[in-house]
Amino acid sequence: MPGLMNRASTVVKARISKLLDRAEDPSITLDYSYEKQRELLQNVKRGVADVVTAKKRLELQSQKLEQEIEKLETQARQALSAGREDLARSALERKALVQQQLQSLDQQGTALEAQQEKLIEAEKRLSAKVEAFRTQKETIKATYSAAEAQVKIGEEMADTGLAIERARDKTEQMQARAAAVDELTAAGTLEDFTEQGTSLDRELAQISAGSQVDEELARMKGELGSGDTKKEIEQ
Amino acid sequence: MIARLMGDGQYEIDEALCTRLNELDDKAVAALEANDEEQLDGYLDQMAELVRSEGTRLADDDLSASEIVIPPSDLTLEETRQLFSDHGLIPDLPAPQQ
Repeated sequence: MPGLMNRASTVVKARISKLLDRAEDPSITLDYSYEKQRELLQNVKRGVADVVTAKKRLELQSQKLEQEIEKLETQARQALSAGREDLARSALERKALVQQQLQSLDQQGTALEAQQEKLIEAEKRLSAKVEAFRTQKETIKATYSAAEAQVKIGEEMADTGLAIERARDKTEQMQARAAAVDELTAAGTLEDFTEQGTSLDRELAQISAGSQVDEELARMKGELGSGDTKKEIEQ
Repeated sequence: MIARLMGDGQYEIDEALCTRLNELDDKAVAALEANDEEQLDGYLDQMAELVRSEGTRLADDDLSASEIVIPPSDLTLEETRQLFSDHGLIPDLPAPQQ
């Protein structure tokens, strides 16, 4: 069984010829190769932009979940002070579920961050190589066979290809996760309690509305009671 | 000779280091065959660390080819296998996105 280094090397060489296999004539091969390098460089840049977009979406979702957690906590308190421990428990159970989702999003975010850094590094390396290749292209054409010349940049291209592929995988995983969270939200599992909510949602809403009514009643009573109280409340 | 750490550029290394890498490589193969991802990642990390600490980093614009290629440690077992499979983890040139 050959070693991993050996196999990796074979894999990379095979990819190089697949990436750049074109012609026996070094001048045609190298011009073609240069085109491909620039194409790949554009792809890395786009890959970085995609990761950034994915990260933004993730951040927005995290914010939404954090607000949801806060809201459920408030609802649990209100339910408890209204003597409805059962409702408070349900709200806290839901809060725990949302927290799990949030944690999973955070992990995805960390993974994306790592991919972004790798892509940026890959872009930097490939840029430097493409530039060196451009300036040395004519010398390389004159000095090396097409096959030898291909290797000079093909390796970096194969490696960059891997970085792009992996970043894309992670971005797709993240998008799948984000879509799952969106679905949960849409299904009402994490949703606001108002319109098409479950009976639990409605009960929590009633408690919430109830305590708001209590507060307003107290305020109005205060206003009726004395002008001084009114001032205090308004401050 | 020149070694490439996949995803992390190229390094100039000497014969002695290459021998040590080969020893670790043998262990990495055994770990891959035993489906032991933790061990595999450990050996690959050790190999990368050796190259980074004892090798000399090549400039980014150096166009030399590598004699040794070391796979990254952050792949899953499945991805590592895929890397070495006929299909390969390294894609053809990615098609331009729509």
